[in-house]
Amino acid sequence: MTENFAISLLAAAVQSGTPILYATLGEILCEKSGVLNLGVEGIMMIGALAGFMAAASTGSPLLGFLAGGACGALLAAVHGWVCLSFRGNQVVSGLALTILGSGLADYLGTPFVGRQAPGFDPFALPLLSRVPLLGDIFFNQDLLVYISYLIVPLMWIFLRNTRWGLSLRCAGENPDAAVANGISVTAYRWMGTLGGGFLGGLGGAYLSLAYTHLWSNGLSAGRGWIAVALVIFAFWRPERALMGAYLFGGVMAFQLRLQAAGTSIPSSILLMLPYALTIFVIVLASWRRPQSAMPTSLGVNVEPTE
Amino acid sequence: MGMRFKISRRQNPRRLHSGLVLLAAVGLSLVICALLLEQQGKPSLRGLMLLFQGAFGSGWALQDSLIKAVPIFLCSLGVAIAFRLQIWNIGAEGQYALGALGASWVALHFPDLPWFVLQPAMLVAATVCGGLWGLLPAVLKLRMRANEIIITLMLNYIAIFLLDYLVYGPWKDPSSFGFPMTRMFSQNAVVAKIGAGDLHWGILLCLVIGMLVWIFLGFTRLGYEIRACGENVQAARYARMPYAALVLLVMAASGALAGWAGFLEASASLNRLEPSIMAGYGYTAIVVAWLARLNPLFIGLAAFLLAGLRVGVEQLQLELQIPASFGQIMEGLILMTVLGGSFFVTYQIRLLKKE
Repeated sequence: MTENFAISLLAAAVQSGTPILYATLGEILCEKSGVLNLGVEGIMMIGALAGFMAAASTGSPLLGFLAGGACGALLAAVHGWVCLSFRGNQVVSGLALTILGSGLADYLGTPFVGRQAPGFDPFALPLLSRVPLLGDIFFNQDLLVYISYLIVPLMWIFLRNTRWGLSLRCAGENPDAAVANGISVTAYRWMGTLGGGFLGGLGGAYLSLAYTHLWSNGLSAGRGWIAVALVIFAFWRPERALMGAYLFGGVMAFQLRLQAAGTSIPSSILLMLPYALTIFVIVLASWRRPQSAMPTSLGVNVEPTE
Repeated sequence: MGMRFKISRRQNPRRLHSGLVLLAAVGLSLVICALLLEQQGKPSLRGLMLLFQGAFGSGWALQDSLIKAVPIFLCSLGVAIAFRLQIWNIGAEGQYALGALGASWVALHFPDLPWFVLQPAMLVAATVCGGLWGLLPAVLKLRMRANEIIITLMLNYIAIFLLDYLVYGPWKDPSSFGFPMTRMFSQNAVVAKIGAGDLHWGILLCLVIGMLVWIFLGFTRLGYEIRACGENVQAARYARMPYAALVLLVMAASGALAGWAGFLEASASLNRLEPSIMAGYGYTAIVVAWLARLNPLFIGLAAFLLAGLRVGVEQLQLELQIPASFGQIMEGLILMTVLGGSFFVTYQIRLLKKE
């Protein structure tokens, strides 16, 4: 009985951690290129709505998922345009993006509240789902969770071992050196911004297509901000983002289960938990000086030439 | 053949330029908003007209905009003080909630005190609660190097759930038919109206504190140090400026000002505490502070304009059934376009013709 509860809780932790994982990976990519995008929350909202709208109108959840990513990248392009083309303040532009994205999603999404759309359902992966314990936790999930398992190592390899990945990191660490080596800082920063927006949009689409199977206003509920926090917790490393995301997924799932079990703890107090945990985790991580892992030129615009 | 541009930093950015950029940015935002209205099948021109009429078109509208400008102005003033030091306080929303909580606690527990004791006590409670909610991220930043953007933002969510917990639970009015709200405050706890209109004396408080902050930032040693540290922390440390103390000061002041906004909103506008007090003023305040380029005098003007936008959108909701989030979109767009436009204030672009 308790074992079953634990396994189902851990499986739920993976599921509710997945949207945060997508968004955190996106923000890592973006910040590695030197661009701070605080608009993740807005990007997730837009991704969630676009994914839902596209799935509802085409009948294909996969198209919906991709549309969520594309619209996330589109919104991130506004940030890129303001910060990379026009050298606007990255902190303020990101905040504006969150305001704009949440507002737009709410405005355009009002007609879709309460509508149905096809989504993703869990299925057991052959063989792997038979592995004791791990199979039930990790391999009885939906397609998008399996895709996220692939993205983590791919991004790890991309950032570490590919030419593009090295150049992207160089644009974030030392733009002057990058320019001296013939690397176009602006191009790689655009790559980070758009790629990050795409992943953030996918995270949002996961929410409406696989998590709630519904569109409602304010769906993302601060998950984008938690993702921004997790980047610091993860020391800008994809594999640590995985851990962090599942930790938060676990707390969210646990909190929901307590509510469903009819505990005497008021729901507003339970709802505080993930946010309080974020503060706790950030303070703990900050104690270990994550600044040393931060891209040196994060948030600093490059002076225009010619 | 072809044209090339030469971009260089301007030596003396001109006031006129930033004014023109602001106008162009607002114009561009309005055009995009008109397109959004058309997309939903609403008459765009009539919509924008309604927006302006609803915001500034009559005595009633102006008064409503002025009342809504009060909490935005106070929050924005606080945000601007912190931003000057490059401390990114995104937590005005939560500090405002805590101010409202503190003031309400006093109002609900001592309803029979005379107004000239009760209201100052509420103000003090709001100052303490809002100030402490602002100090917490400052301490975490200084002691643990915790990123203040994330901490202040998370504290917003926690503050809102705390307010929910109280009005749904221990503070709920037993005779509210289950609605989440506290009892009405006693008359002594309600900030009085000026004359016969709806304007309350909180406006006077805004004027006084606005002037004081303007003097503080522009003409005192501490105000100068805040700006100097914000521009270059390392240099300021060499000059032995007390960076840590300044961080604590700006965050406490920032939180206290947002707390005052919460106090005035609970006392003068709602006469009780209820979830609808959280209307996103703390986020609008960030937009206002940046549009006003962190200058207290411009903040007054920008707060009034964006408050007008909110009132105008209410009119749009009534007449054309436009969702309230339309106002949020406009705020985001205006801020984005102004940020992008500041490029033309900072940099000079010259066209080079080549044969």
